[in-house]
Amino acid sequence: MSENKSLLKLRQITKVFSRGTIDEITALNSINLDVDAEDYIAIIGSNGAGKTTLLNIIAGVYPPENGGQIIVNGREISRLSEYRRAHYVGRVYQDPHVGTAAKMTIEENMAMALLRGQPRGLRAASNKQRRELFCAALTPLGLGLENRLSTLVGTLSGGQRQALALVMTTLSKPALLLLDEHVATLDPRTAQIVLELTEMLVKREKMTTIMVTHNMEVALRHGNRLIMMHKGRIVVDMNQEHKANLTVNDLVVAFERASGEEFADDNILLHSD
Amino acid sequence: MLDVLNYVLPFSLYEGLVFGFVAIGVYLTFRVLGFPDLTVDGSFTLGAAVTAVLIVKGVNPFLATLAALGAGLCAGLATSLLNTKLRIPALLAGILVMVALYSINLRIMGGANVSLLREVTIFDQVSELLGVGARIVRSLIVAGVLAVIVFFILNWFLRTEIGLALRATGDNEQMVRGFGVNTDMTTILGVSIANGLVALGGAVVAQGQGFADVGMGIGMIVMGLASVIIGEALFRPKGVARLLLAVLGGTFIYRLLISVALRLGMAPGDLKLITAILVIIALAVPYLQKKVQREWLPPAPRW
Repeated sequence: MSENKSLLKLRQITKVFSRGTIDEITALNSINLDVDAEDYIAIIGSNGAGKTTLLNIIAGVYPPENGGQIIVNGREISRLSEYRRAHYVGRVYQDPHVGTAAKMTIEENMAMALLRGQPRGLRAASNKQRRELFCAALTPLGLGLENRLSTLVGTLSGGQRQALALVMTTLSKPALLLLDEHVATLDPRTAQIVLELTEMLVKREKMTTIMVTHNMEVALRHGNRLIMMHKGRIVVDMNQEHKANLTVNDLVVAFERASGEEFADDNILLHSD
Repeated sequence: MLDVLNYVLPFSLYEGLVFGFVAIGVYLTFRVLGFPDLTVDGSFTLGAAVTAVLIVKGVNPFLATLAALGAGLCAGLATSLLNTKLRIPALLAGILVMVALYSINLRIMGGANVSLLREVTIFDQVSELLGVGARIVRSLIVAGVLAVIVFFILNWFLRTEIGLALRATGDNEQMVRGFGVNTDMTTILGVSIANGLVALGGAVVAQGQGFADVGMGIGMIVMGLASVIIGEALFRPKGVARLLLAVLGGTFIYRLLISVALRLGMAPGDLKLITAILVIIALAVPYLQKKVQREWLPPAPRW
């Protein structure tokens, strides 16, 4: 991986929670990762592997331990607060309620999203031109949301809200898109729709994407690179050619070989068929 | 009956407008920002004290009223800084500033009250300017013009990019930060504006009644909440403009009810008790309804 091609570079990222107490836990252990521009990475791992902690560190919810570096497009951002990183990083959360504002209309939510990382002023938040932009972004969903701009988001279903959250996050084309188990709370059919939508948006906008998932099948089918985490470390990292013909069983074997442990997360196995 | 039409109704309308500033302030913090701000009792008196003292010192009453607005902004700034920069819970931050303001207001006024009886107020200036003598007419003109100005400014501001970020902060703070908004800034802005409005209300009330008193702010927060609740329940508003109008309407109804109750013989001292009971009922009913339907609800937050 050449130095200038990497869009995101993580260097020596460690995160320890409850330091100095009996509950001390190393959620991330010296993670190094290079993400190329237009990479679509699926991250998989059992509970407590550090997947969400990794996304939180990249998004700036909390800083890494001293010495850790997060570099996006050549710029070190690990000391920037969460709201300042919004310029680089967009995120869709597991819970649709977190990614959208219930008491505001679809139009107002979109208007919030449009100005990601840009200074906000005393201009009207929305106007005819922006409304047309919102409609154009919502139409491909096929949910009819483009005709319901003045509907309160709180009245939409979880699937609709998550689809909206995805469109909102990609509207301003962040350099890096983080998907945090973003279909985990949806019913299987809706989850499928949102996943296909994700695939389409990521390809169309050529966005560099990191998707955390609990589902091996999803991890195999989506993205051009697959990373498996275990106890705060990256234990498997395979590229497109490598993972193309793999089955879920192969993944389990790969995990056991890499971690030196038996694979025993029912949660993942149950999701995988 | 004639008495009601000639006096109680217009007077309640006047009160609905001036206390409406307080209610809009309470609405901005409690409902829009989700920041339970108790500074209000102190900042209302602060506005009254600043205006009264400045007018007595010979300052133009319009400037004195504007100064009250500025003082209120500062009070809100103090509370929101305690919360955002020192991480003191919102309720406690508000109480701390409210208590501090009690002493500050005494210092400003140099005593427990300041009389404006022989001073020229905005009401006098307006009646001189327009040539209207009747007390209630000039009161309505002053309050009405101020209310229209406040309404238009807020209705515009809450739809701007910053205004939208402010509203979204109260709705979903995590999302808003994710979209690059400094939620500390929006909180500070919102709480400051709210207390500026409350102080503006205090300034007008003091000039209307002819004095400022250190105790005049007691219970303002509960009165504001009652007005907001009545406005929301009666008008079920959607959208920024209607919400603002509903809050003003709610304040009017609340004041009308109080005026009628006083006329019917309610002791003025019981006013705050009755208002508090009203708010308790309004807050408890939704919970009790769900309880009856055996819906599970989490315990109330302590902060």
